[in-house]
Amino acid sequence: MSSAKSDRPPSPRWHIAVFLAPALSIYSALMVIPLASTLKQSLYNHVDDTLAFVGFDNFSKLLLDPTWATSFWNALSNNLVFFVIHMLLQNPIGIALAALLANPKLRLVRFYRTAIFVPTILSFVIVGFVWKLILSPLWGVAPSIMKAIGLGGLFAPWLGREDSALIALSLVSVWQFVGMPMILIYAALLSIPDEVLEAAECDGVTGWSQFFKIKLPLILPTIGIASILTFVGNFNAFDLVYVAQGAQAGPNYSTDLLGTFLYRTFFGFQLQLGDTYMGATIASMMFLLILFGVCTYLFFVQRRLQRYQL
Amino acid sequence: MIRLLLAATCLAATTFSIGGARAQNVTLTIESWRTDDIAIWQDKIIPAFEKAHPGITVRFSPTAPTEYNAALNAKLDAGSAGDLITCRPFDASLALYDKRQLVSLNDLPGIDDFSPVAKAAWTTDDGKTTFCVPMASVIHGFIYNADIFGQLGLAAPKTNEEFFKLLEAIKTDGQSVPMALGTVDQWEAATMGYQNIGPTYWKGEEGRLALVAGKQTLSDAGWMEPYRVLNRWSDYLGDGFKAQTYPDSQNLFTLGRAAIFPAGSWEIGLFTQQAQFKLGAFPPPVASAGDTCYISDHPDIGLGLNAASKNAEAARTFLTWVASQEFATLYSNALPGFFALSKHPVKLDNELAKTFLSWRNDCQSTIRSTYAILSRGTPNLENETWNASANVINGVETPEAAAKRLQDGLASWYKPAK
Repeated sequence: MSSAKSDRPPSPRWHIAVFLAPALSIYSALMVIPLASTLKQSLYNHVDDTLAFVGFDNFSKLLLDPTWATSFWNALSNNLVFFVIHMLLQNPIGIALAALLANPKLRLVRFYRTAIFVPTILSFVIVGFVWKLILSPLWGVAPSIMKAIGLGGLFAPWLGREDSALIALSLVSVWQFVGMPMILIYAALLSIPDEVLEAAECDGVTGWSQFFKIKLPLILPTIGIASILTFVGNFNAFDLVYVAQGAQAGPNYSTDLLGTFLYRTFFGFQLQLGDTYMGATIASMMFLLILFGVCTYLFFVQRRLQRYQL
Repeated sequence: MIRLLLAATCLAATTFSIGGARAQNVTLTIESWRTDDIAIWQDKIIPAFEKAHPGITVRFSPTAPTEYNAALNAKLDAGSAGDLITCRPFDASLALYDKRQLVSLNDLPGIDDFSPVAKAAWTTDDGKTTFCVPMASVIHGFIYNADIFGQLGLAAPKTNEEFFKLLEAIKTDGQSVPMALGTVDQWEAATMGYQNIGPTYWKGEEGRLALVAGKQTLSDAGWMEPYRVLNRWSDYLGDGFKAQTYPDSQNLFTLGRAAIFPAGSWEIGLFTQQAQFKLGAFPPPVASAGDTCYISDHPDIGLGLNAASKNAEAARTFLTWVASQEFATLYSNALPGFFALSKHPVKLDNELAKTFLSWRNDCQSTIRSTYAILSRGTPNLENETWNASANVINGVETPEAAAKRLQDGLASWYKPAK
């Protein structure tokens, strides 16, 4: 039997190509080709009313010409702040919530899990609008609740102040997306075999020290994935700012992210006409930044993470 | 049974063919950003037209104002835009004409019933080609709660000094917020603030044309002074005005909690409907008594013909009707506060709208300073003016710094013929 099988010439594995084809063609049509044409478009611009290949001129304009550079660096640094706040709050809170949920003694786990996860599936438009209402100094519930607990004096029109608007929006976004790392890490925690934990308990490792010494190392790869998803999501962010502050990302561009800057440039805004070539340049910069961030992470962090065979 | 069916089919076929022969059965689609006006178009304007022109059906299909430009450009490029295009004033529409997406309407019957000033917003720079029928302009000014004024024994102010005295009096009284204006949306600060009071300082068209010609700069006193005045406004706005949105301001005023609303006449329709108190209006105050007053009487809406329209003939019929006196009367009364631009005399029913319109006789008219020519480059002067006006009211940028920044930005790309 076995000899007969090995005598047959190796059949070409057509089925691999056939099964990959639908996904590959759809992905190419919707992602790869538009991305490639965006990158191509960023190398062109109008010179004396004719379209010309300008090499990296658009990029140098974006990075060096004061008209563009001020907006670009402002948006980039806002984006970094946005990302740092998420990393400092969203993921640690997500981990803490997951650890609490994974605690077998906790009751009503399903309810908490759902309640915390629900905002993640809500539309940005709704979230932005609802929080704008909550924080409204005129009709919002935030001022009256704060007054009721004696903190009325601390209330400020946060979304309208340059020093607080970006932080306020970041917190809204953290509130919305904290369910994402929570659910990922929760799943990872549940997949830790009981034997491992029992063995730890036999050795006297319990409670917090069990979490930090046993569980955390086991879920580190998942935290890595959650972080990289946060990074990509944050650098592509646009909707929340657009809904809450408009395309001018006020006050005084203090909430301007690369996404809103791209929108204003590419599609135009109010009297400003769209500039598709500079827009494509900004989009390319966003792509390169994200690519750079993801690659750095993959090469320098993800590869060094210890994976334990469970 | 079969015979009956056959007969029915024949009958139906005949009816349809007769119907087809009698009328063109064309459906025209209008692209617009006036989502607020759907009801008026569907209940008043379109039925009036369809009654007079059987065979042409009109569909009004607006997009949200902030998305209109982007959506329209995308649709026009893709060839899926409607037959009639509502035109933004000046450069946005001029760009469409230059891309040959709008056609010349110079030969449209009725286009001569508009003055060159009315047509200016939709005419090429050389003044030769008009590509949209002017529909309406909006006038800036201040709308006030006449009940509050009555209780406090106040009268509409003429001069700046009177204006601030008035605000002070309302503030001292403490019952209501002196002025309903927020800065979070930014455009209010510029459109209802800077462009509202500004023309008085830069002397309307005189200053605007001098700026376009490069004879004045935005750091000149006439252009900077309005920012100084705006800066003083911040004392009289509501708590948390920095996070107050435009709808917040509207609600604050119509609920009777604020006394004055820096306005455009487009508010008239909504305010008349919602406010439970008597409304009054006064034009932007002047520096000292007896000075000429200036108002911003801004062409805002036009209607053009999509070059790719398959129903061009029917669309022209509609445009001709838009240029007629019937439309002017219908439109100005259906949408009080949007004033028809044609030379036809129009009788208005709304008292507040009449007040606004009467200023055309007493004051010099001008258009918003940033709309023609000066917002063609990057940084965009109109958008920067939004930002600067909000900053100045918020107190995060001095009027001098704001004016200098705007002038530097403008000078970086705009080189007027010397």
